[in-house]
Amino acid sequence: MGKISNQQLIEKLSTQFGEKITSLSEPFGLLTFEVAVEDIHEVLGLLKNDSILKFNFLTDITAVHYPEKEKALAVVYHLHSFVNNVRVRIKVFVPVSNPTVPTATSLWEGANWMERETFDFYGIQFSGHPNLVRILNVDDMTVFPMRKEYALEDPNRVDKKDFFFGR
Amino acid sequence: MSDISIAEAPAGVEGAGFFATSLDKVIGMARANSLWPLPFATSCCGIEFMATMGSHYDFARFGAERPSFSPRQADLLMVMGTIAKKMAPVLKQVYIQMAEPRWVIAVGACASSGGIFDTYSVLQGIDEIIPVDVYVPGCPPRPEAIINGFNKIQDLVRSESLRRRDSPEYTQLLAKYGIQ
Amino acid sequence: MSNFITEITPNRPVYTDNDPQGDLTTLNLGPTHPATHGVFQNVLQMDGERIVSGVSTIGYIHRAFEKIAEHRPFYQITPLTDRLNYCSSPINNMGWHMTVEKLLGVEMPKRVDYLRVIVMELSRITDHLICNGILGVDTGAFSGFLYLMEEREHIYEIFEEICGARLTTNIGRIGGFERDFNDIAFAKIEKFLAKFPPILKEFETLFNRNRIFIERTSGVGAVDPETAMNYSWSGPILRATGVDYDVRVNEPYSSYQDFDFEIPVGTTGDVYDRFILRNEEMWQSLRIIEQAMEKLKKEPKGVFHADVPEFYLPPKEQVYNNMEALIYHFKIVMGEVDTPKTEVYHAVEGGNGELGFYLINDGGRTPYRLHFRRPSFINYQMYAPMSRGMLLSDAIINMSSLNVIAGELDA
Repeated sequence: MGKISNQQLIEKLSTQFGEKITSLSEPFGLLTFEVAVEDIHEVLGLLKNDSILKFNFLTDITAVHYPEKEKALAVVYHLHSFVNNVRVRIKVFVPVSNPTVPTATSLWEGANWMERETFDFYGIQFSGHPNLVRILNVDDMTVFPMRKEYALEDPNRVDKKDFFFGR
Repeated sequence: MSDISIAEAPAGVEGAGFFATSLDKVIGMARANSLWPLPFATSCCGIEFMATMGSHYDFARFGAERPSFSPRQADLLMVMGTIAKKMAPVLKQVYIQMAEPRWVIAVGACASSGGIFDTYSVLQGIDEIIPVDVYVPGCPPRPEAIINGFNKIQDLVRSESLRRRDSPEYTQLLAKYGIQ
Repeated sequence: MSNFITEITPNRPVYTDNDPQGDLTTLNLGPTHPATHGVFQNVLQMDGERIVSGVSTIGYIHRAFEKIAEHRPFYQITPLTDRLNYCSSPINNMGWHMTVEKLLGVEMPKRVDYLRVIVMELSRITDHLICNGILGVDTGAFSGFLYLMEEREHIYEIFEEICGARLTTNIGRIGGFERDFNDIAFAKIEKFLAKFPPILKEFETLFNRNRIFIERTSGVGAVDPETAMNYSWSGPILRATGVDYDVRVNEPYSSYQDFDFEIPVGTTGDVYDRFILRNEEMWQSLRIIEQAMEKLKKEPKGVFHADVPEFYLPPKEQVYNNMEALIYHFKIVMGEVDTPKTEVYHAVEGGNGELGFYLINDGGRTPYRLHFRRPSFINYQMYAPMSRGMLLSDAIINMSSLNVIAGELDA
């Protein structure tokens, strides 16, 4: 589809970043790799400003919680190069004890709310974010509801309890 | 001959040159046919309410010609859509600001019971914070259903005693929700 | 003298000439303001009629879609997607079905693709009809809205014929449609294709060269393409700035590559451009539907789902009477079907922009994680910054032309 094939992309990335990129895979043609949290800002910046790759569009930022892993929280970036019409997915793993990731707001203004949403749901601390406060949930909420340990249901409701099936 | 029908007069005693009925009924009739709704539309049901207001279903023919967006001048609070816990204080404040007599209709599953959203962030029915007169089922209800719910409100309004809002039962009801 | 109030109680405030008065007024717009069509709160600092700064608060109908999605099997997530952008639910439904089909590697017959295209383009028309109709209301022209709402009813009648619902449609299944379109549905689509163009034309003549409308909208909320892309805008509002990004063309799904249509782009990105662009997109959608109707005639009749019994829910009569169907039904509902343990991102061109589904599957009954890339959420974050220096009444029409849908905004 795109003007640059994933193979070319991989070559370009490995010459530029070398060892910094790990776990390369291509689920459904979308190039996916992991980056250490120290390097993520540099990698994003280079991808955006590279004269050939031109990943100018930040499609999305979100997070995933893997409670059984040592670094349990993954921040996932989807970038899109309009010029080459190719997408790339970047993952950063951080531990729950210190979920700090440098912000992308210095590269894309649009990252602002996406990071606030991710913070709201998973408690990822985006260092350098101009206004990292809750966005969707009520301000006085104390937990990060999308983490796997928190229940979905409203705890105040009693009429839907079923002896055999729960809710 | 115009085919416009006017509201039916309440039951009463009629004779040559006079008509006697109770004040409750006259006022009830007048109120029922000029209810000013406050559309508190948050989500999908609000879009269906737009269709109800539009030319096809023409909600205005029931005397709801003027949707009042100020709660101070509304008789009927129509809550349409999901009310999240973040929104709940706002809804309660809107209700408190409304002048008596006031009625509430919960349109759709979310406003009635939380609907499919049994989650930590959604209020499980607006009757947890304000008293509700009529519930309209559906997700979202069809415009016909919204109109039917409105007609049910009209029936309530028509038959309501003028003193109901001063009665101790009513004060108790409001006190249950922590209102005054 | 005794008449003077000496004690100030909360219920009896007294204002004096010495009360502190700043140069700026704080205006709280929302969350239930009639001018904002939805649940948005903006606290604005006003200098007279001009906005100095603003802070947006959202989340007033946050319903925790993504959390619910982690607890529901794949086929039960379709009703959730209905309620994202409820002005164009079928696009969301189809987007979700296609995401799962991509995950499962299911190939759709062409006829299903074309039927999907018809449904999606019809709902794109409903989406744009509401947006442009409301924009008319906000600029003081109510009649256009009344014309268009009447037409929207006709599209809802088509949806009703196809799936039984009007607004939250839940059209289709994973693997196709739940039933074939009947003849009445096709007749209604034909009728709509014949009747709608003159009305859209009339609507355009009411607005396009209307002096009042142009004065009111042109130059309002103009955005340059760099800023728009920097804020990750997508959809009609990005195209109005002059960027020709449309998922239907860039990454064709559901056989969009078979169709001949144009992607309109604007020049200045102001409210007028967005209005014109949405109108033009409706014309293009009509073109696509016409082509799809033609193409359908060449396809074998009666094909409305792919032949994938492991993933496609069988009809209920067969479940009760047929052993095989019963087994498949049981397996699908209980989540016993093997699904690949991988992740997939699929995007469709929603009414407001790139609607993306990021699905991580661990082979279980429910998705491990499902994230919706919601265009309204991402488009809306520029609202407060771009309102700076605008007149209040311009900010209102700017909001309606962004077409932010509260359900999609707050998820």
